Amino acid sequence: MKKIMGFSIFVLLSAVSYGIVQSLISAGMLNQFYSNTLIFIAINVILAASLHLVIGITGQFSIGHAGFLAVGAYISAIFTMKLHLPFVPALAAGGIVAALAGLLVGIPSLRLKGDYLAIATLGFAEIIRVVFLNIDYVGGAAGMQVSHFTSWSYAFVSLFVTLLVIMNFTNSTHGRACIAIRENEIAADAMGINTTYYKVVAFAIGSFFAGIAGGLYAHNFYIIQPSNFGFLKSFDILIFVVLGGLGSLSGAVFAAILMTIVSTFLQGYPETRMIIYSVVLVIVMLYRPQGLMGTKEITAYLGKWTGAKGEDAYGK
Amino acid sequence: MDWIQQIVNGISLGSIYALIALGYTMVYGIIKLINFAHGDVFMVGAFVGFYAIESWKLSFIPALLVAMGISAVLGVVIERVAYKRLRNATRIAALITAIGVSLFIEYGTIYIRGAQPEAFPSVLPDQIFKVFGASISSQSIFILLISIILMLILQFIVHRTKIGKAMRAVSYDAEAARLMGINVDRTISATFAIGSALAGAAGVAFGVYYTKIEPLMGVIPGLKAFVAAVLGGIGIIPGAMIGGLVLGIVETMVSAFGYSPWRDAAAFVILILILIFRPSGILGKNTREKV
Repeated sequence: MKKIMGFSIFVLLSAVSYGIVQSLISAGMLNQFYSNTLIFIAINVILAASLHLVIGITGQFSIGHAGFLAVGAYISAIFTMKLHLPFVPALAAGGIVAALAGLLVGIPSLRLKGDYLAIATLGFAEIIRVVFLNIDYVGGAAGMQVSHFTSWSYAFVSLFVTLLVIMNFTNSTHGRACIAIRENEIAADAMGINTTYYKVVAFAIGSFFAGIAGGLYAHNFYIIQPSNFGFLKSFDILIFVVLGGLGSLSGAVFAAILMTIVSTFLQGYPETRMIIYSVVLVIVMLYRPQGLMGTKEITAYLGKWTGAKGEDAYGK
Repeated sequence: MDWIQQIVNGISLGSIYALIALGYTMVYGIIKLINFAHGDVFMVGAFVGFYAIESWKLSFIPALLVAMGISAVLGVVIERVAYKRLRNATRIAALITAIGVSLFIEYGTIYIRGAQPEAFPSVLPDQIFKVFGASISSQSIFILLISIILMLILQFIVHRTKIGKAMRAVSYDAEAARLMGINVDRTISATFAIGSALAGAAGVAFGVYYTKIEPLMGVIPGLKAFVAAVLGGIGIIPGAMIGGLVLGIVETMVSAFGYSPWRDAAAFVILILILIFRPSGILGKNTREKV
């Protein structure tokens, strides 16, 4: 019962927030800068949510998420700009190819653990970047021209679907298996959970949504270059998840919104932005290593205020 | 025959990787942390060397020593400020902190002096030797010599001195070492100091070899040195040397066969192959995980 109520509240809230922003845009009350910032927030929230599934839920420390973002961006750009297909199939293709890349990366590297997995995923992301850098078809280092297709509606619908899928996945049998793997992989294995299977599934779903975000990202700019998808981009995404709380979807979402707004205001001072990012990160890790919200969801806090019994995403 | 030339170039580059990889491997061996900031200590070493030569008019060897000293201090400060509190934290927290420290050093340097690259002054005699028809620059030989000397000193410290014995003991079992009266904190600081000094020396050597230094130069060599450490077997000092040399030679060969744009990918392909097929590295032994 509670789940159904929570779900309807989520749908209602998203419909309202979409309606408000869309009518503001239609009425011309939001200028280009603000609507672009909103699209950018939506893209970053998708990225944060997709990485949250891999790091927060499954506990696999992947730091090469920008690689999948790059795959989605380039594939969807090839579909629209080279093959002249419409935007929606191109977005889907970006997501699917990124998911395939996720499978390709996941199957060998998910045998690794902890630090080694982190470095392997980082290595894969670098390899993907070097591959795009050396393919002349997509423009090499100079990059690829892309038309501007991403609108608030596209960004919002993608964001909505992402959050819905990830929330439902987390609450399903599969999601609980993933959480079991996060808590203790060896014990989960001993309980009969096929750990490799679930890790690869989580990885592929995460990559799929990163690919969708890549498609939106590419069509929100006029040019994409391999240098947009380096280590720093992966790191930006990682910060959302870590800061929000390893294991909290709402935490990751809030951190993504907050950090995007902060970095938009600091756009003119890139060094200051990175210094602030790094100091915040180190301080959070030193004093609150589980992130701002830990594994708690926002509903747990809301429940406290309304006097109802608190319940996080895992029914704890 | 330019085979010899390529191999000598590969060994010089590889010895720079090996110097950085030694620091990685020592720190990993002792506190099980991938010190991402190590590549940036390397960068700071290069800049200290540059300013020592350019502004203070030092010659090569004193500049090298100054760079090593300041890098060592930086390494100890990083350990004290950021890593010490995380001894008992999760691996992920430690890794993220290391990435944070790395970014802080990179962008702090850009904030202080700007992002523009500097041309490293040529302080070493630049002669070309002809050996069996291959032309080998005196600089690569110099770099090789310096690396070999530093590695020999390191071997001496680790195997013949008291602090080296303490380091080996702490890396074997920190708790037992503490019970035996070893000052673990001091040993860890010494490890950071030695590893960072080697990275600083590698920075100066890199500057001499490539003649261009910039604040973000530490990222890629840092990652590659980590690959080298994993390749040789992380935590094993001779492994880091072998891994560095192998990586340097492979990279030079990839360039020599005309695939230089793919050079950076080569290191990561090696990394992934080694992680999949022999995760303990060339010199490592397989260990089973205990529940």
